[in-house]
Amino acid sequence: MFFKTKRLAIAGIMLGTAATPLAAPVQAENVLRYANVGDAATLDPHALNSLVTLMAGIQMHDALVMRDPTMRKVPGLAESWENIDPNTWQFKLREGVTFHNGNPFNADDVIFSIKRAQADTSQMKGYVNTIKDVKKIDDYTIQIITEKPNPILLDQLVNVFMMDKEWAEEHDVAEPQNFKEKQETYAVRHTNGTGAFKLESRDPDVRTVLVRNEDWWGNETYKHNIDKVVWTPIANDSTRVAALLSGEVDLLTDPPIQDLNRILTSKGLKVDKTAQLRTIFYGFDVKSDELRHSNIKGVNPFKDSKVRQAFYHAIDIEAIKRVVMRGLAVPAGMVIEPPINGYRAEWDENRLAYDPEKSKALLAEAGYPDGFSIQLDCPNNRYQNDEAICQATVGMLAKIGIKTRLNAQPKTQHFSLVTGKETDFYMLGWGIPTMDSGFIFDYLMHSGGSWNASGYGSPELDAKIEEIRGIVDPDERNKIIGEIWTQVQEDIPYLPLHHQMISWAMTRNLDIPIEPNNMPRFYWANLK
Amino acid sequence: MANFILYRLFQSAIVMLIVALISFFLFNFVGDPISNMVGQETTVKDMDELRQRLGLNDPVIVQFGRFIVDALQGDFGISYRLQRPVEELIAERMPATLELVFVSAIIAIGLGVAGGLFTGLKRSHWFSKFILTTSLVGISLPTFIIGILLIYIFAVKLNWLPSFGRGEVVDLKGGWSTGLLTVSGWKAIILPSITLALYQTTLILRIIRSELLEVMRTDFIKFARARGLKSRDINYGHALKNTLVPVITVTGLQIGSLIAFSIVTETVFQWPGMGALFIQAVQFADVPVMSAYLILVALFFVVINLIVDLLYFVVDPRLRAEIKN
Repeated sequence: MFFKTKRLAIAGIMLGTAATPLAAPVQAENVLRYANVGDAATLDPHALNSLVTLMAGIQMHDALVMRDPTMRKVPGLAESWENIDPNTWQFKLREGVTFHNGNPFNADDVIFSIKRAQADTSQMKGYVNTIKDVKKIDDYTIQIITEKPNPILLDQLVNVFMMDKEWAEEHDVAEPQNFKEKQETYAVRHTNGTGAFKLESRDPDVRTVLVRNEDWWGNETYKHNIDKVVWTPIANDSTRVAALLSGEVDLLTDPPIQDLNRILTSKGLKVDKTAQLRTIFYGFDVKSDELRHSNIKGVNPFKDSKVRQAFYHAIDIEAIKRVVMRGLAVPAGMVIEPPINGYRAEWDENRLAYDPEKSKALLAEAGYPDGFSIQLDCPNNRYQNDEAICQATVGMLAKIGIKTRLNAQPKTQHFSLVTGKETDFYMLGWGIPTMDSGFIFDYLMHSGGSWNASGYGSPELDAKIEEIRGIVDPDERNKIIGEIWTQVQEDIPYLPLHHQMISWAMTRNLDIPIEPNNMPRFYWANLK
Repeated sequence: MANFILYRLFQSAIVMLIVALISFFLFNFVGDPISNMVGQETTVKDMDELRQRLGLNDPVIVQFGRFIVDALQGDFGISYRLQRPVEELIAERMPATLELVFVSAIIAIGLGVAGGLFTGLKRSHWFSKFILTTSLVGISLPTFIIGILLIYIFAVKLNWLPSFGRGEVVDLKGGWSTGLLTVSGWKAIILPSITLALYQTTLILRIIRSELLEVMRTDFIKFARARGLKSRDINYGHALKNTLVPVITVTGLQIGSLIAFSIVTETVFQWPGMGALFIQAVQFADVPVMSAYLILVALFFVVINLIVDLLYFVVDPRLRAEIKN
């Protein structure tokens, strides 16, 4: 078992390297044993845009631009960059970097990786779709040319990992997974990045072992002492917590919040918390002429902003925070979080107060003094306590005369309702990988947004959203972002609930900065 | 005899076809796999394209036909979640499940038969009463609670056994990976196999006991006693043998259920077997994995039933006589 190695490792550290002959066969090494709820489906850095895949990728690959623990952009494989003209960015690449197999990293790899991320079968297209061309100036200088000025190019590049051109061509993985081929590609279970850890072994869903890359350029910058990472996904919540309590794993990034107290009272364990880049909210269908599941026929009550306000006033967010979330949530008044460009604290503070009497009055004004019936669509395995929040909401809405049928189902079914735009009233959570409001505007506020099941939007708003995609000047851009948010805050197409909190449970021996993307970087960690 | 087997094989093929058809229609309700396969940034156009490429726009019956034709050629498609061929995934996971089921079955049969004999022969012994009372626990508590309870006691409190996983495995030739050759592998299998075996143990124990009570009252046992046979010969030679027909039926079917219901145990203990693979496939709407798994489980049941039928001939002389006539 791993804990034996770990014990030896600890013993080794305590006694010094060559203190005991018993420890001699096992190198005293720092093994970080990590568990989370599920494994990455693939190790191909461009095949799937999901948090856990990115998390796996970032341990083994570097991007041109990276982030430090405070989420600032810092040089990665690019040492420096400058904006030569509005459409052209020039990057100076880090010299002397090698991939895990020893191949040197240079401009050709960058061009290859960006092209690969743009391929039809890539899912990282959204991060590189403004890039028109990548030009090689010399082996360590490249230029990225965008179609229009792109103010968030650097933020997007953080998620685009660099692969080795020669390796990819040798193994026939010059394009990401293509389901048509009906076979596994080499990149699903093999990697060759430049990153902090090398892949030692990979058994999907069971165990993935990473070992320290001694030649990593970042070892100077990020002085971590992790020699090995053993990652074992554990799907069952109770088992995952038990594995931490029994000392079989060192770090959980998704402990169930009802178990946090139990973990805190255990000797040798600690819990770190921070606000997550994800806000939970309800969406109203404000576009359809009639709701699908309601006793009101012929009109759509949600088109009336008074009804939406009434719902807003009916939610006792403090009760949800206290009872359902055990304190682990920050009540929200807008659907983005503090570090995102465009956030304003006053909008969070001006959340509409809990006031059922006012709700009833608003409903009566809107012509529904006796309320009406609706269906609330809710996931039950996606967000923290998602179903419980919805259940609480059903009770709160009952108080103002709204009869709610709760339709809680797994995310697979729930999300197809949302992307298919077949829901009247639904729960959604949104995180922003680019740290900029433009992202959420495109998906949720633009009338053509692929996740905009509310149908919200107007030609004027659409025009503004499209306009900011191409404005580089921060002041001018932020002014329009502010205008868009002012409009959204007034219209309430989405009823904000709270910003989720992240908690990581770990042994006291471990130091690892918790970060709002919920993506542990093992090269920030230290084991005592 | 050969006719009988052929007939049963024919029946089996139909059963499996029906299982496949029903499961295929059920898959319409597990949700859209596409939304799992792509990130939130994917455009509707890209999603449609992928759906088209996977043939998900075709009518269910067309998809089913395509699946059967491919499956008959040994091609079960590629997992939407893990992007690997399904047959390869299942082959990788099968050893874990079968080893778990094997150890559980041995525990269940060993403890069940021994306990059944003891409680059936020494009805008024205090230990019999103790066994019968505690065995109620095995039959009334759900598997996942037993599993979590065992984890809590033996992993968290006592720190004797691991709470999850399969320990170290050794790869044998022919693609079989075994955990039964390492100490950590044995340690890891103890809790899940007990969890999985508990219900079956209780069931076997109670069936043997009640059958035994019945048989012990029959005339031929009384005559055997009157003839002065040793009670050991009576109990194990005559009585036990006559209880075996229903026991074999139930045990056989239970081994099928062990495989099918190892899903829960595997999930609780993060046991890397087929059941855990199936659960994750359901959550992801990974249709190729789900269909292959269901057909495989149907196959297990069918084969086990066939073996059970054949075993009747071995233990019941009357059947043999019937066939001859």
